[in-house]
Amino acid sequence: MMTVVFGVFLLTLLVITAIGVVRSENLFTAVMLMGIFSLLMAANFFILDAADVALTEAAVGAGISTVLLLGALALTPPTERHERTGRWMALGVVSLTTLVVVYATFEKPRLGDPDAPVHQHVAPWYLEQTPALIDIPNVVTAILGSYRAYDTLGEVIVVLTAGVGVLFLLGLPGAVGDRKPEDLAKGRTYLSHHLVPQVVGRLLIPFILLFALYVQFHGEYGPGGGFQAGAIFAAAIILYALIEGEREALEVISPRLLVWMMAGGALLYGSVGIVTMLLGGNFLEYNVLASNPVKGQQWGIIVIELGVGVTVAGVLLAIYHAFAARGR
Amino acid sequence: MATVLDVLSWIMLLGGGGFVLVGGIGILRLPDLYTRMHAASLTDTLGTLLILGGIMLQAGLTLASIKLVAIAIFLLLTGPTATYALANAALMSGMYPKDTKLPEDMPS
Repeated sequence: MMTVVFGVFLLTLLVITAIGVVRSENLFTAVMLMGIFSLLMAANFFILDAADVALTEAAVGAGISTVLLLGALALTPPTERHERTGRWMALGVVSLTTLVVVYATFEKPRLGDPDAPVHQHVAPWYLEQTPALIDIPNVVTAILGSYRAYDTLGEVIVVLTAGVGVLFLLGLPGAVGDRKPEDLAKGRTYLSHHLVPQVVGRLLIPFILLFALYVQFHGEYGPGGGFQAGAIFAAAIILYALIEGEREALEVISPRLLVWMMAGGALLYGSVGIVTMLLGGNFLEYNVLASNPVKGQQWGIIVIELGVGVTVAGVLLAIYHAFAARGR
Repeated sequence: MATVLDVLSWIMLLGGGGFVLVGGIGILRLPDLYTRMHAASLTDTLGTLLILGGIMLQAGLTLASIKLVAIAIFLLLTGPTATYALANAALMSGMYPKDTKLPEDMPS
């Protein structure tokens, strides 16, 4: 009952925020409202007990993508361009889609219905077999890392491709040594002369990094995993770049290392598959990684989650640096 | 004892909720950015802390309470910093408090 009340409340706020995003002409306002939208969505996921998805939405949607959009806005005018043509067609398409979606909900099972198709398909098998096959408490990580390892590999490749695409368009920020002295001087104009954010930021960054590592390596036991950890790690470095300056952040993680992180994580993931094939199993069949199949599964999941985290952190940081370098 | 804790925690929760409400009304009604930020910071610090304290009394001495203390410390550090950064950015971009006399406007 409480779930329904909170759900209706949050979804109402979600609709209000969405209308606000559409109606606002100022793009900064729209970006901030999108951040609120993501946070509300994360709360929504959380009351539906999808803690892993909620964590991802909060870290990526509300955190990193807001920062990336603000970085992109530094390159564009701050207000929306007026578009008069094609409004009726847009309205028609939106109305049609809405009608189709509303029609689709008639067949939808009720919230929490045990007879819903989603609870009849493979989900019971996952819940029953995970303790025996993999023996980790968080079944979501088991599904993501082991049963659906192909899909997750695909997702990592998608993230990598997005990063490569942005770097092709905007260019990777050059190494610190290649910059002209006047550019380096400009790198110091961030918040480095503001004492309060700098002190508090320096105090918090180690804890954010620690939390990222916790989320990374505790994903088998609680909500979390590579995607969330990568985003939190990138957020810590972006905070460092904001308070200390772009140049200092690039000295911590150099552009060369960023490229290696982007490709290296996906490579690590894929090579786990190759190793299992060389050991006589199928691609990404972790059972053969250790003498005990259950231990092999656990090792496999830990290594591929590390690969996911490294790639996500690398791609997000590279995109941020690409935008920040253009913005100056 | 349990009743006393319950009553105390309810007082804190209701007080926190009241401060959040006042903060929300303040954001809507106050005239300019700086006074609105003052209202918002009420929600950030006093409202949240009272609510967290109320939940802590409900949870007792458990791991949940320790996590709540960690959240409270985090909010106490970040909330005022964000407020400072916002006010500073507004002032830097040339937005002055309403009806402010700048030094150059003062009759000398």
